[in-house]
Amino acid sequence: MSSIKLRAVVALSGVALVCAAYAQQTEAAAPKKPAAHAGKAAHKNTAAADFEKFHELMEEDSPAELFEARGKELWKAKRGPKHVSLEKCDLGLGPGVLKGAYVRMPRYFADANQMMDAERRIVYCMVTLQGFNEKDLAKKPFSNGSYTPVPVDLVTYVAGQSRGMKIAVPQSNAKEREAYNIGREIFYYRAGPYDFSCATCHSEDGKRIRMQDLPNLASKAGAVRGFQGWPGYRMTGGLMHTLQWRMNDCFRQQRFPEPGYASETIADLLTYMGVNANGHLYKGPGIKR
Amino acid sequence: MKTFQASILGAVALAIAFSAQAQDDRAKAIAMMKRDFHAKGIAGLDRLDQDGVQLLCNRSDNNPPKPIAERLQQDQLETIEYPADGKFMGDWKAGEKIAERGRGMTWKDKIGKTSRNEPNGGSCYNCHQIGPNQPSFGNIGNSLRNFGKIRGYGPEVQKYVYGKIYNAKAFNLCSKMPRFGYTATLTEAQIKDLVALLLDPNSPVNK
Repeated sequence: MSSIKLRAVVALSGVALVCAAYAQQTEAAAPKKPAAHAGKAAHKNTAAADFEKFHELMEEDSPAELFEARGKELWKAKRGPKHVSLEKCDLGLGPGVLKGAYVRMPRYFADANQMMDAERRIVYCMVTLQGFNEKDLAKKPFSNGSYTPVPVDLVTYVAGQSRGMKIAVPQSNAKEREAYNIGREIFYYRAGPYDFSCATCHSEDGKRIRMQDLPNLASKAGAVRGFQGWPGYRMTGGLMHTLQWRMNDCFRQQRFPEPGYASETIADLLTYMGVNANGHLYKGPGIKR
Repeated sequence: MKTFQASILGAVALAIAFSAQAQDDRAKAIAMMKRDFHAKGIAGLDRLDQDGVQLLCNRSDNNPPKPIAERLQQDQLETIEYPADGKFMGDWKAGEKIAERGRGMTWKDKIGKTSRNEPNGGSCYNCHQIGPNQPSFGNIGNSLRNFGKIRGYGPEVQKYVYGKIYNAKAFNLCSKMPRFGYTATLTEAQIKDLVALLLDPNSPVNK
């Protein structure tokens, strides 16, 4: 715990140093007015180099670790109206077993008679074990400038416990196979004012929106890219986001109404993507641009 | 109405070709989405209802039987409202801005306006290469670089481009391109500006 914290602090101070160095360069470059044009180009290059350094630092000591550390504390803390921890939460491999649980979800949970992805299951545990109100948890489920929701920290922690493991989303019973098929139907469902489905942008190789590469989620390689790196620390805005957020914002841009947080629709969609990604190594919570 | 009839015809014809299992999964998927989604801002639950084109394209993997596709395409063609003044060309500079802007029509936006109170964008650069000065373009659609230079600048081409932006499904039923005029995403004036972006000889697109 303390070593994680220390590493994260070192990483962040490294980032601060790079930023400080960048600021200094900008200041130093400012007075040289006659060479403004050449200076601008050089400035652009150093900025790019600094950004590379920044990204390397982030990759080495990912800020995700801070969220994982906080998630770990939250997992063990006695919380909620029932004042209990989540240590008895069963993520599919038995109560309290976290190693490899994330890469084996979504899966069917007999106790809930539902398909559940990691976040949906964690919310379920917060409700059933700790006594939280599901509607309260769904009110502001995504990170913003001022706060990170508890389930985001928890999912990041749980995901970190599958780092370096093979993605193995199960298809071992009829419910899980049906979830894959329903998820596939949702993926290809065209509707809304723009006639978009997920597949409109995500079912061909080599496609992009502007400069942003779009993973082909119907293919194995593309689905791995969709699974990989989430939960992810987004450099844009500096927020931690989970796949729940990713699906929500995709539907927004698809011009659909809003999908329910931690709903079965999302669980089935993630089953489709997860099964397509099976067999590849999951690198753990990551960084997104 | 015609669209509706044709869609039923299409659905019936296609239903025969599909297995009961796939239909079952689809029905469950639709029921699940209708239960799990909620209206937010301008994005009502009615957006989950498919019209004839969406339904037919969806069920045929975007490859509908030709006779049905032709009939539906004709219906879509009839939705196009061409400018009453008979002029298709606006201002290419305004068109460039519309092509750049990708906002509008999401649950964060307003009716006919983005959340920033700008007119809706056409999102053109999201999918198309267009002008020479914008290297950040998507590739879901074809390149529109030198559009007028290649296809000519005449009124026939202008009318085609206006119609294509107004309702892309009138020319290729299962096109990925939205129907910008039909859905009132863009106004007549905005579509004219986009036509000019592609077809004004002075537009950078043709330089």
